[in-house]
Amino acid sequence: MEIAKKFKNTFSTVPMLSWLLGTLTAVAIEYFWGYDYISYYLGLSKIPVLFGALIMLKEPMMIPGAIGYDLIVYVIPILLIAKTTAFFTNPVAAILEKMPLWFSVILHLLLFYYTLHLWAGINDYRNIIVRLTLISIILTISINVINGYQGEFSCSHPGFMAIGAYVSSALTLFLFANDKMFGTALLPQELGPWGFPFILIAGGIAASLGSLLVAIPSFKTRGDYLAIISLAFMFIVKSAVENLNVIGGARGMGGQPEYAPLPIIFIWTIICIWVIHNFVTSIMGKALNAVRDDEAASESMTVKTRKTKMTAFMFGAFWAGIAGGLFAHVIAYINPGMFSINRLAEILAMVYFGGLNSIVGSIVGAVSINILGEALRPLELFKWIIIPLILIFVMIFRPYGLISFKEINAKRLLRSKHKREQGV
Amino acid sequence: MEALIELVQYILQNVINALQRGSFYAVISIGYSMVYGVLMLFNFAHGDIFMVGTYIGFGIATLFLALFAGFLPGPLIFLATVIVTMFLASWVGVFVEVAGYRPLRSAPRASAAITGLMIGIIFETGILILLGAKRLSFPPLMESVSYKVWGIYLTNVKVIIIIISLLLMLALHTFIQKTKWGMAMRAMSYDFLAVPLMGVSINVIAPLTFAVGAGLAAVAGILYGQAYPILDPYMGVIIGWKAFVAAILGGRGSIKGAALAGYLLGFIEIFVATIFPSTLRDLIAYSIILLILTYRPRGFFGMEHSTKLRL
Repeated sequence: MEIAKKFKNTFSTVPMLSWLLGTLTAVAIEYFWGYDYISYYLGLSKIPVLFGALIMLKEPMMIPGAIGYDLIVYVIPILLIAKTTAFFTNPVAAILEKMPLWFSVILHLLLFYYTLHLWAGINDYRNIIVRLTLISIILTISINVINGYQGEFSCSHPGFMAIGAYVSSALTLFLFANDKMFGTALLPQELGPWGFPFILIAGGIAASLGSLLVAIPSFKTRGDYLAIISLAFMFIVKSAVENLNVIGGARGMGGQPEYAPLPIIFIWTIICIWVIHNFVTSIMGKALNAVRDDEAASESMTVKTRKTKMTAFMFGAFWAGIAGGLFAHVIAYINPGMFSINRLAEILAMVYFGGLNSIVGSIVGAVSINILGEALRPLELFKWIIIPLILIFVMIFRPYGLISFKEINAKRLLRSKHKREQGV
Repeated sequence: MEALIELVQYILQNVINALQRGSFYAVISIGYSMVYGVLMLFNFAHGDIFMVGTYIGFGIATLFLALFAGFLPGPLIFLATVIVTMFLASWVGVFVEVAGYRPLRSAPRASAAITGLMIGIIFETGILILLGAKRLSFPPLMESVSYKVWGIYLTNVKVIIIIISLLLMLALHTFIQKTKWGMAMRAMSYDFLAVPLMGVSINVIAPLTFAVGAGLAAVAGILYGQAYPILDPYMGVIIGWKAFVAAILGGRGSIKGAALAGYLLGFIEIFVATIFPSTLRDLIAYSIILLILTYRPRGFFGMEHSTKLRL
């Protein structure tokens, strides 16, 4: 306890900028020397992809090597650089504080993205994990709008995702790709990446139109009945896609072009976080909370409950559709079976693990469930006992999720930490 | 005239099939409804309790057939299997209540739903680890004999499934209406705040409800094993969700409604599959449910008061 307190005191003056610099250094060390020197001398055959978790579980003899690798590459450089650079990053952060917030945020995000890019660039496995995790973040935040801020128990998210995925894949295949299903491309293929955002948005709009099927019954009912309506919606979408042979039916639809590399997905994720953060902190967001807490009272306080519910559903579904479109273009193959009960259980696990009514919580939930799922992969079936057990314990001890009812405060996060404590 | 008779025979044939399928849904959805009546939340692990019950039934049936096959009559073995399986499976229900739902009594209902889902996943994976991925086949507890009555094919298995399901529901009705425990359960579903003050503990009634529901599900599992003998750890997922839909359709907490809606779901599925291509079955079945719930949000026999989903 004493050590933890001391540790916290030592690093309380380190601003975010320093942490980012430290992480960048760690990733750079791995990038330049990780394979040739560090993993070679530690007796590892290759760079541990997920902080050595996979190696540790597969070959217990490698545990010291993997832990040593983590210490040398990540822990020591991050702590060292973070502490030593604090002397100049604090003034820089103080200068940035006086500038507009967006400038500072973009600067930090660029630094963060560069780090992520280097880290994910080491091999393709990391790259795909990072991309799927970012998509999960979009999904989790979007379901949080409905299940957390609006307080429904909606099970239709895989359906929205499927609509987005199918509409956007059909559009890209139809417009920009030569394939068996839709014949030759209508437009030159060079335009593809430029048209992709519009295609994604079209997928999102299709999903949000589909969500009206759930939103309109929600005027009259909520709770369990809405859960069933949304579940029925999910099954209807899946079943309808299975019966539409134009888009591949149960065989699925493949061959989507590679339009979703890491930077594109990262930008979409950031836009999603920004837009949804603004949405839930706006008057409309407060109206969502009011409807959740007491529908009759909020109606009498001039909140238009119908409009609020409809907006929440359409907005959440829009982002689910975008996530679905990105997902389809990452995997380059979709079939209706992907958007069923299993996906629903995964999405619900992410949002309830992370925390309701909180964007930070959603990010934490999505990242931890994804990383846990990958890191425990060597355990095979036992993975599906450990993850549910963790979730049960989270539910028992923190019924609203790990980090619930908290908002991002970018200003507070990025501020200079110089001599903050001595003042009082 | 000939064509008309053939049509009637065809319809009756499908009615028998629908009654058989609906029996499973009805018996399982009663389990959802009972738990809802007492705890005001749905036991999302119920589909997997059904699955575990089927596996227990499989084990007991295999054991009893190996032990007594020669010198006890078949119906007695069947009865013994049903009783022992019911007893064992009800402990699974008690376990789910004590481990998954009791710690979350005061937590939001959505959290309890997540715990239920996760316990279901643990059951599926546990069975998969214990028994491996190979598909087991349920031993037949009675010889299948088929009759042809007035142009309709009947097997004794189908008839027994329908009769036993009806008997089970009758027994449950008697249990709930006539016994003291049943009265306590009814009282708890009427007012779960006042009844504990009258000396009826929720920590007794809730496990009892789970146990009864699990016992029913296990019998449904044995019957299911007689009709469709292939066992699979994920068999509870689809049937469980469909029975859940039936429980909602019947009106939450209403046992009568759940049974009726279970049969209705069976009818919808079978008749949609006979009229339209069978790939459209889920699409049309769920569209009908969506329509019914849009116009009658509280189901057939639902309670009047609307409970708000506490976040």
